[in-house]
Amino acid sequence: MDIKEFILKIEEEFTDLKPGELKPESKFREVFEWNSMNALILIALVSTEYDVTLNAEDLIKSIHVNDIYIIIESRINK
Amino acid sequence: MNASVKAISYYLPENYITNKDLCSIFPDMEEADIFKKTGVKKRHITTEGVVGSDLAFFAAEKLFQEHTIDRTTIDFLIFCTEGLDYKGPATACTLQHRLSLPIHCGAIDLPLGCTGFTYCLSVAKALIESKQASNVLVLTSDIPSTVIHPDDADLRIIFGDAGAATLVTASEEGTTNVGNFSFGTDGSGAENLIVRRSGTRNAANADWFKEHEAVGGMKYGRMEMNALEIFTFALRVVPPMIEDILKKNNLEKNDIDLFVFHQANGFLLSVLRRKLKIEEEKFFTFMEEVGNTVSATIPIALYEAIKIGKAKKGDKILLAAFGIGYSWSGTVVTL
Repeated sequence: MDIKEFILKIEEEFTDLKPGELKPESKFREVFEWNSMNALILIALVSTEYDVTLNAEDLIKSIHVNDIYIIIESRINK
Repeated sequence: MNASVKAISYYLPENYITNKDLCSIFPDMEEADIFKKTGVKKRHITTEGVVGSDLAFFAAEKLFQEHTIDRTTIDFLIFCTEGLDYKGPATACTLQHRLSLPIHCGAIDLPLGCTGFTYCLSVAKALIESKQASNVLVLTSDIPSTVIHPDDADLRIIFGDAGAATLVTASEEGTTNVGNFSFGTDGSGAENLIVRRSGTRNAANADWFKEHEAVGGMKYGRMEMNALEIFTFALRVVPPMIEDILKKNNLEKNDIDLFVFHQANGFLLSVLRRKLKIEEEKFFTFMEEVGNTVSATIPIALYEAIKIGKAKKGDKILLAAFGIGYSWSGTVVTL
């Protein structure tokens, strides 16, 4: 996996996002409307695509898209 | 001797609340959003004074009539609810009398919640296969609406009240059976879905009733749920549980004709289905008209699946439940 692929998957799931709008350094709470439903959608996406279960703490401490990517990468296939 | 699921019926209270009704109570909400979040359009709500055992009683009477079952053949009753009538006697004892079941009938309460039905099935199977009972009546009935604060929109959009009755019988037939079970428990998650002030620990007191005076006192306690934690819990435990259920029954995923999970939330179920790579036509959901009815969801969904021919005689149906506790369990039932 790489971050480009991760961003593409997020763009596919959140159709409100314009292609290319989301960057590794984007603050995900600001790019798309951040609410409890979107948090669940993101957790679901990561779980189905990478078999990694993000928890509430992971989201709280993440600010940029890249922060989430690093968490996924550190847990993948472990 | 095999245990087999012989018959199911269920009962819903007459009153119900639609997404439109909820939007008029919570003007910030939209009907389409509620449906997207939950998969629910309507939930039935009990009325003052009609409790879990009443819904169970109506469901049992319906079962006897709908399937022409002779109540005198029942030799064990298991009643599952999180809203027991009393701390004593067991509500199952009062139901034995109300339903005119024989006095040689065993009766126990099994208060468990979301996993209540699958745990009841495991106890029924154990009783039957050890030849201690032949006809076990499993009543699973919950009234979550009575422990939800009227201002708690997130819970009101999901939960509904219902009672279900299932007859589990001894069968000589080799094909019909309740298979082996996978169980799991993680009490560290207890705080993430809990009915506060509902029992002996931190019991409701005068201050509690005063604080909730405007909404009738919340006299049965108040449900609290950390939705995000429950969601991640389900994503974590359900896939390995499915693998374990298949392994314990010497089956492959392709051998399963239909998957029926605890109807927790439509969105969560769709995520689980995709994660588990189960084809849509093999994954049965029935939430739109009833919501999450706690321990009654699986028998209600099974009843509906049988009714529309989605589940047929001889089919292998994988049942999986998960939720409050945390608790999880499942099995494969061959109809």
